[in-house]
Amino acid sequence: MNHAAKKQALDSVSLRLLLVAFAVFAVGQYLAFTAPPDVQQGYLIRILYVHVGAAWVAYLAFFVAMIYAVLYLWKQNPAYDRLSAASAEIGLLFMGLTLIGGMMWARPTWGVYWTWEPKLTTSAILTAFYVGYFLLRHAIEDPEFRAKAAAAAAILGVVNIPINYMSVYWWRSIHQTATFDIINRKVHMDFPMVQAMMVNLLAITLFYVAFLRIKGIIAARAAAREDWDE
Amino acid sequence: MKTKYLVGFLIIVGAIAYLAWGGLGNSLVYYVLPSEYAENPAKYANKRIRLGGLVKEGTIQYDPKTLELKFVVTDGVVDIPVEHEGTPPELFKDNQGVVVEGRFDGDVFKGENLLIKHAETYQAPPEGGYTPEEVRKLIEEAK
Repeated sequence: MNHAAKKQALDSVSLRLLLVAFAVFAVGQYLAFTAPPDVQQGYLIRILYVHVGAAWVAYLAFFVAMIYAVLYLWKQNPAYDRLSAASAEIGLLFMGLTLIGGMMWARPTWGVYWTWEPKLTTSAILTAFYVGYFLLRHAIEDPEFRAKAAAAAAILGVVNIPINYMSVYWWRSIHQTATFDIINRKVHMDFPMVQAMMVNLLAITLFYVAFLRIKGIIAARAAAREDWDE
Repeated sequence: MKTKYLVGFLIIVGAIAYLAWGGLGNSLVYYVLPSEYAENPAKYANKRIRLGGLVKEGTIQYDPKTLELKFVVTDGVVDIPVEHEGTPPELFKDNQGVVVEGRFDGDVFKGENLLIKHAETYQAPPEGGYTPEEVRKLIEEAK
């Protein structure tokens, strides 16, 4: 029980994190809008500057959800369960943004919003998995059983990440392979574009850290309140 | 157990199972190459398939009045003539990677949907633009 519930909406660390994220994002957007257009797709490349960052943070968030799920199963501390759920929720948000941004980009370049090719099919599975994760959480009323089932799901869910990432290498795909090719150690991009992409990626990662912290605090307060009511 | 959420959960599990076994199975071989078709044409007869390859240089014929688009898809070994109705996408050009959805009508592939395969390489246009030779090299590298 948290008797000394804080009154202010945001603690100072969260506020500072958010402000830094906004500042880095502003720089990233400035770089994105001053970077040259791509030789083939022109200014459409600007979608990529946030698409890649959003996809990376979705992967990261689902991975962190797994870490907290393992910690929960090990230590049985409800705080880890709350953080695992918070991270998965933010991951789902960024996965949604990745899909929407990707579709906006796909229509003018590929010619369609959506096609059932490996990268997109595995992305749909990944997204559906975490929608299922939250339905599972809502379906179970007993907090301890819910936390255990959710932890199992969060651990299972990360299997999707390497499949989704590697899909463009394993199977024939219309989706381009990674521009930052960590498998063949090559960067297929001009420097001003790399710079814009990396700064945006950093900004979106900072947003993730801030959101996770804020979401964790809110969830802790809600849990404390429930305990208080009982 | 809250029934409403449980039903939703089961629907999602079903959808994932469907995507994983049905959808993924189909999309794993997302497109067929011209030489794969040539090996066994009977396998792909009267079936809706995706044909993937490069647009053979100098084969694009487009009539803006009738919207008839004809070109040849090649993988360097086998050439397949494609007929498609509709305005070509902006990035459609010689040596561009394409995926055409449609079916074979004799030796001609009747396209219903034309998709462009974009490379993972991003570059600023140089001062004065690329020569066709440079563009060809870039596409070659991007494959």
